[in-house]
Amino acid sequence: MTIPVRLTINGSPREQTIEPRMLLVHFLRDACGLTGTHVGCETGICGACTVLVDGKAVKSCTMFAVQADGASVKTIEGLATDGRLHAVQQGFWECHGLQCGYCTPGMIMAAVQLLSANANPSRGQIADGLRGNLCRCTGYSHIIDAVQHAATHGAADRR
Amino acid sequence: MADRTTGNYVGRSMKRVEDPRLIKGIGTYTDDLRLPGLLHAAILRSPHAHARIVHIDTKAARALAGVVAVLTGADVNEQCGAVPCAAAIPDLKAPRHTVLAGDRVYFVGHAVAVVVATDPYVARDAVDVIDVDYDPLPVVVNPEDAMKAGTPLTHPDLGTNIAYTTTMAGGDIDDAFRRADRVIKQRLIHQRLTPMPIEPRAVVASHHAGEGTLTIWTSTQVPHLLRTLLPGMIAIAENKLRIVAPEVGGGFGAKLNVYAEEALCGHLAMRLGAPVKWVESRRENAASTIHGRDQIGDYEVAVKNDGTILGLKARTIADLGAYNQLLTPAIPTLTGLVLTGCYRIPAIKMDIVGVYTNKMATDAYRGAGRPEATYLIERLMDIVARELGIDRIELRMKHFPAPTEFPFATASGLSYDSGNYQGALAKARQLANWDALMVDRAAARKAGRLFGVGVSTYVEICALGPSKAMPAGGWEWGCVRIEISGKVTAITGATPHGQGQETSFAQIVGDRLGVSFDDIVVLHGDTNVAHYGRDTYGSRATVLGGTALVMCIDKIVAKAKTLAAHLLEAPVDRIEFANGRFSAKGKERQLGWGELAGEAYIAKNLPAGFEPGLEASSFFEPQNFTFPFGTHIAAVEVDRDTGQVSIKKYVAVDDCGPQINPLLVEGQVQGGIAHSIGQALFEQTVYDENGQLLTGEFMDYAIPRAVDIPEYILGSTVTPSPSNPLGIKGVGEAGTIGATPAIANAVIDALEPLGVRHLDMPLTPERVWRAIQGRA
Repeated sequence: MTIPVRLTINGSPREQTIEPRMLLVHFLRDACGLTGTHVGCETGICGACTVLVDGKAVKSCTMFAVQADGASVKTIEGLATDGRLHAVQQGFWECHGLQCGYCTPGMIMAAVQLLSANANPSRGQIADGLRGNLCRCTGYSHIIDAVQHAATHGAADRR
Repeated sequence: MADRTTGNYVGRSMKRVEDPRLIKGIGTYTDDLRLPGLLHAAILRSPHAHARIVHIDTKAARALAGVVAVLTGADVNEQCGAVPCAAAIPDLKAPRHTVLAGDRVYFVGHAVAVVVATDPYVARDAVDVIDVDYDPLPVVVNPEDAMKAGTPLTHPDLGTNIAYTTTMAGGDIDDAFRRADRVIKQRLIHQRLTPMPIEPRAVVASHHAGEGTLTIWTSTQVPHLLRTLLPGMIAIAENKLRIVAPEVGGGFGAKLNVYAEEALCGHLAMRLGAPVKWVESRRENAASTIHGRDQIGDYEVAVKNDGTILGLKARTIADLGAYNQLLTPAIPTLTGLVLTGCYRIPAIKMDIVGVYTNKMATDAYRGAGRPEATYLIERLMDIVARELGIDRIELRMKHFPAPTEFPFATASGLSYDSGNYQGALAKARQLANWDALMVDRAAARKAGRLFGVGVSTYVEICALGPSKAMPAGGWEWGCVRIEISGKVTAITGATPHGQGQETSFAQIVGDRLGVSFDDIVVLHGDTNVAHYGRDTYGSRATVLGGTALVMCIDKIVAKAKTLAAHLLEAPVDRIEFANGRFSAKGKERQLGWGELAGEAYIAKNLPAGFEPGLEASSFFEPQNFTFPFGTHIAAVEVDRDTGQVSIKKYVAVDDCGPQINPLLVEGQVQGGIAHSIGQALFEQTVYDENGQLLTGEFMDYAIPRAVDIPEYILGSTVTPSPSNPLGIKGVGEAGTIGATPAIANAVIDALEPLGVRHLDMPLTPERVWRAIQGRA
């Protein structure tokens, strides 16, 4: 059985007929070719698959694509605009907020939502806001630096 | 060889060239590869720790639309060779490690059958309908029980659960214990850990029938070791096999291995005539990718009443799991090598017993042997200090070799290259404000709060290693080419997977050649590009790979000088090279790399006997390991009511020699400390009495989150290594080695007023709370 799904991905409309059991992360990766969203655990714990669905950070491995019908989805590939990095992306680059980079897209998307809710978070608030995203490389300190950098330098860039 | 370059780039905290693609989500990890006609493999794994396979019915699986093949051990084990173990352990009793289970399964997660289908969902559907009739067998879980007579056998055909016994010894241990005023004993346990890189393993294999070549993309730390070892498993010659490690999402030792699935995918691609992809689930990663540590040790320290340590005896039981992976039985021997830590301890003896149990194999997890040794010696230093009533810092200082005593020979036969342990300790104490911490502790204790301070002074072995000390080649390879355009391509065999050598190697090359950082590209990870290499593990890549590039550059500069001499019409010994320019005294004209490269490749005006081109490759064979060191200090508070430990202050002073890129060094140290926080406080791989894995997901296996991490206070000292021209030592595992005992010592120190002498890790709230209840 397949059913149609219509959604907006990184600003572009997309319509496709899919199996209802297809996870949103697999729809993004396999149907749309947006492989920046990663799969780390398939249980909604690690957060490598975090995307924004109607502006909210969602773990796309625990959502069916059909549940996103009619929604606007933003992935890591849609974050930079006109060739300019988003402030959070820039922060991760400036502060060495990534090593292997596998958790990074999800971490960045979670941080984008965090800053949209709190433009000037403390270190503790950043750590708390990222508790749904696991990183095994960095020890998190540089990630917190990166989000603070984005908060300080990129207010104008935040969307 | 003290010709260390400082220049425009080396020593600077430069942003990484790797990052733009990774922060935009356009890097390519193995699972991101899309090939025409790609098939998807899924693996059925054993739910039993030990069972006989009575029958496998694959009919329903084969009948599903989209299923291309369903294969069991009977179908592939004849065609595929055994999974290799490279550890050179004399008299090792080892079971044959087939790619799929034969007539028995030996651990939960043991691969039983593989499905190949046109769609990954269909492949998983098919796995679910394979019907296996298992006859459960007695299970061996506890390694100490496994050694007793009459216990069930993990591998009945071996006749024993003991894989090997070996003794590492140096100095006169009997004399040490004869002369001792006291012998202090302690059992110390290193729990089993799961490395848990956030990217699970993934493999794509594609066979090119016309050329007879096979390409395997795999999430590995060691593409070159795979190219060497896979031809022993599948029907492909080494020179027809290309291994590519694309972006690799973390390794920590878990991807320093040759796995059955890598051979299996290669075999399937050739057998089915189509590319095959297999992506590990997290549950598979927890059950079927190597685990780490899992050593039980009984220790005896021979001491004089004045604190002098005369000798150290250890009896270690290493739980190997059911099979030997690449280095499984060798890991405990690394522990033996650095057992004396950074102390003058004249005699050691370590008896190691490797034991098979019905669990996943243990192998190299970040630090591999050294975190074990460091934890042991650092816990023992605290225990000895306390028993003898000596200050723990004084006891450590008393046994440090002086900086002038290096190279320092250890009882285990190592030669520590350089060190200033006193300097790192002094700096850490200063950064931690040690005296104030002692005042805080006294005040807290007076108020009935459980506040503790822990210290660990460590030394580790890096830059693995001299070939004579390695199973198969410890050198590293590099190639540098000045392109005709004057751009520079540097190729390294030391395959990074997140450490940032595309950046740090460009810094080294940029300074040495005097070219712009932006004109340099560093290539790695594809054996068709980086022809030889020994890859990344044991904090070796920058030291060995970086030095191989320096050797290439020395050759190129020498060659370019002969060309410059010809073009400038000056004797070659008059040619000066500085800042990327070649000049001769008394000549106005200077030549840059662009001009020289143009001449070298166009090749119409070359000196006699000059080979065209400006390229050189080199193998660097180190004469010794390097020995980074440092001091970590942790201050913790334990909640008396809940047993919860919170880290109040964390100071790390690490000496990895001169730093190529201090920002990347900081990242390595911070990440390493986080692994230690995990081991010290949360992490433990748990099998129940039936051999069922209880920590099969991130839900049950607690790696640290952002909220679990203190603000790190980091410092460094710089003691160059004499073993390489850059003077560098390596830093990939330092955090994990130094931090675990600092945290554990701090927690035990906090519990000291209750009379707690020792607690094994992880120091979870429950374990700590029970200790408080038992003694309060």
